[in-house]
Parts: sequence; structure tokens; C-alpha cells
Amino acid sequence: MAAKLRFALVSPERELYSGEVDQVDAPGSEGDFGVLSGHAPFMTTLKEGRVKAYDGDNTMVFEVRGGFADVNAEGLIILAEHAAEVI
Amino acid sequence: MPSLKDLRNRISSLEATQKITKAMQMVAAAKLRRSQEAAQNARPYAARMAAVIANLASGVSGEGAPKLLVGTGSDRRELVVVATADRGLAGGFNSSIVRAAREHIAASIARGRQVSVLPVGRKARDQLRRPYQPQFVGFYEAGGAPSLERAQEIAQFILERFEAGEADVVTLFFSRFRSVVSQVPTSQQIIPAQSANAAPAIDLKGAAYEYEPDEETILATLLPRNITVQILAAMLENQAGFFAAQMAAMDNATRNAGDLIASLTLQKNRIRQAQITKELIEIISGAEAL
Repeated sequence: MAAKLRFALVSPERELYSGEVDQVDAPGSEGDFGVLSGHAPFMTTLKEGRVKAYDGDNTMVFEVRGGFADVNAEGLIILAEHAAEVI
Repeated sequence: MPSLKDLRNRISSLEATQKITKAMQMVAAAKLRRSQEAAQNARPYAARMAAVIANLASGVSGEGAPKLLVGTGSDRRELVVVATADRGLAGGFNSSIVRAAREHIAASIARGRQVSVLPVGRKARDQLRRPYQPQFVGFYEAGGAPSLERAQEIAQFILERFEAGEADVVTLFFSRFRSVVSQVPTSQQIIPAQSANAAPAIDLKGAAYEYEPDEETILATLLPRNITVQILAAMLENQAGFFAAQMAAMDNATRNAGDLIASLTLQKNRIRQAQITKELIEIISGAEAL
């Protein structure tokens, strides 16, 4: 099993998720992208859409609007102006 | 010497006051818990945003750099945003913010800066009106619970002033919520976004950042958003600090009222006993005379 990706999803109201996952898919403004651990440093704005985080058999889905993603050696951070978990 | 009736009136009025302060204290305590949580929840967002901007700022410099980041090259005009609560009865909470702001404004004027003032919160407006009314450029109420929409509205106003060239530097005054017993009046320069006080850049271990779209576009959307976030964070900190200060002030008031009631009750009983004694003496001496 590959190393885990550190992932944080924060909105101004609260931190929705912070922890380790296998993979995160996010809607970049210039195309959807997936992030695994060890991804090259990458920064993008997000369009309105869904962020999916996969951890083992678990999938978490978040609705985000007005966001921003930052991937670096410390993991993936998504700053979203509006974010809510979709159940 | 106050009469028995006067004392009774004073005690009952104090008891009514005590009931009110006690109720206000409990309401503030209940609201404090919620707003404290909100303020603490907003901190990671602001901190992460600062880190991201620091990262970006290290890559962008020179001619093309956005003015919001590096400034207009002048610091002649300053806009001072003073955020307080709308209401009082919270000890020195509002006054201490306003005092810090006034000292700053006076110092800026002394250095020859042209200062304009934007009060956010009724108390800021009321307390700054006398010295700086002509410098007011607008006014916002703090409103109820701080929301992103409200912060956005204020940020929009500030950005318009900045873009119109009416301000080179924007400083924000608010009270940082350190703990329930400690709120610290704080000033923060929000324009230009200082890279000096931002978080240290993240070590990339030799790898280069990839940007999508390019750096300038990202910065152009991120910097205005950053101002909104700073203002929202300030309002949330203020809200939590206000309820903490109000809770402490009302707790004191309740205790003071209790002390006063106790001492007045003692006085009342003394007078009552003195009166009874006097009546007894009159009866006894009357009986002896017979």
C-alpha cells in the first residue's frame, strides 16, 4: 500500500476534514484532477463542484464553491469559501 | 439618616438590577461558547491562507506584482478600519479597541499621513465621532453573528477605496480573543499584505510549484479573498471577545449588587431594631411613671 496523503479541507466557518486519505479528486478551474501522496507541488483555483476523498473503502464527498487547492510536500490543503459534506 | 422606607426601596431596586445583570451574564456565557467555537474554527483557514500567500509572494516580485501584495509605493494615505461591537455593557472591551485605534490615528497624522476612518460597529462610530467625524468614509454595523457575506461587503468597500487611490495602506483594529479573561486590542495591516509577518514558506525539497492558471491570476483572486477572510476573522474574534468581556462585566455587576444589598440590609435591620428598642423604652418608661 502506498503512503497516505495528508488532506485538509477548511472553510471560514470550520475545518471540515483533516486527516490522512488514499486519494483526493477535486474540480480544478482548468480541469478535474486527482492527488495521491507524493504529488508534485501544485496550486490551482477550484470551480464549483465536488471534492471526493477516498480512504480504503470509505468515500467522502464534499460540495465546494469558491475554492483554492494547494499541494505541497506536506499534503493537500483545500481552502473553500463554502463547503459542505454530501451524505 | 435614610428612613426604613428609603432603604427598602433601594434594596428592592438593587434586587431588580441584580436580576438583570445575572440574566445578561448567563446569556453572554451561552453565546460565548458558540462564538468562541466559531472564532477558533476560523483560525485554521486564515492561517492556511497566510501560508499560501507567503508561498506565492516569494515567487512574485518586481514590476508585475499586484498592488494589494506589495503596496502602491507610497504610504501617504491610510484607511483605518476600527471594528468593535454594537453594544456596550462589556467593561472596557470597546474602549480599549478605540483607544488603540486613536493612538494609532494620532501617530499617523503626526507623521503627515492623510488618514480616513471606517468604523465597523456602533460603538466605534460613537466613540470616534467626536475627534474624527470628518475623516469617516462610511460606517458598517457589526450586526448579529458575523457572516462571510457581511465580511465580503466590507472588504468590497475597502477594495473600492483602495482601487480609487484613496488609500495606500489599510490597517484593521480589532480585539484578539486570547482567552475568556484576556482580549487583546490588536492592529493588523491588511493592505499591502505584508510578507514579513506571514507564515514561513513551505520547504518544497527542490521541486518547483506548478500553477493552474498562472501565478498572477491565482494571486489576483486570492488577495481580495484574503481581505474578506481577515475581516471575517476579526469580526469573529471580536464577537467572542465581546461576550467574554460582557460575561465578566456582568458577573462583577451581580457581585457588587449582592455586596450592596447585604450592607443595606444590615443597615435596615439596625434601624428597625433601634426603632423597636426605642418603642420598648417608651412603653416601659410610661409604665414606670404610673
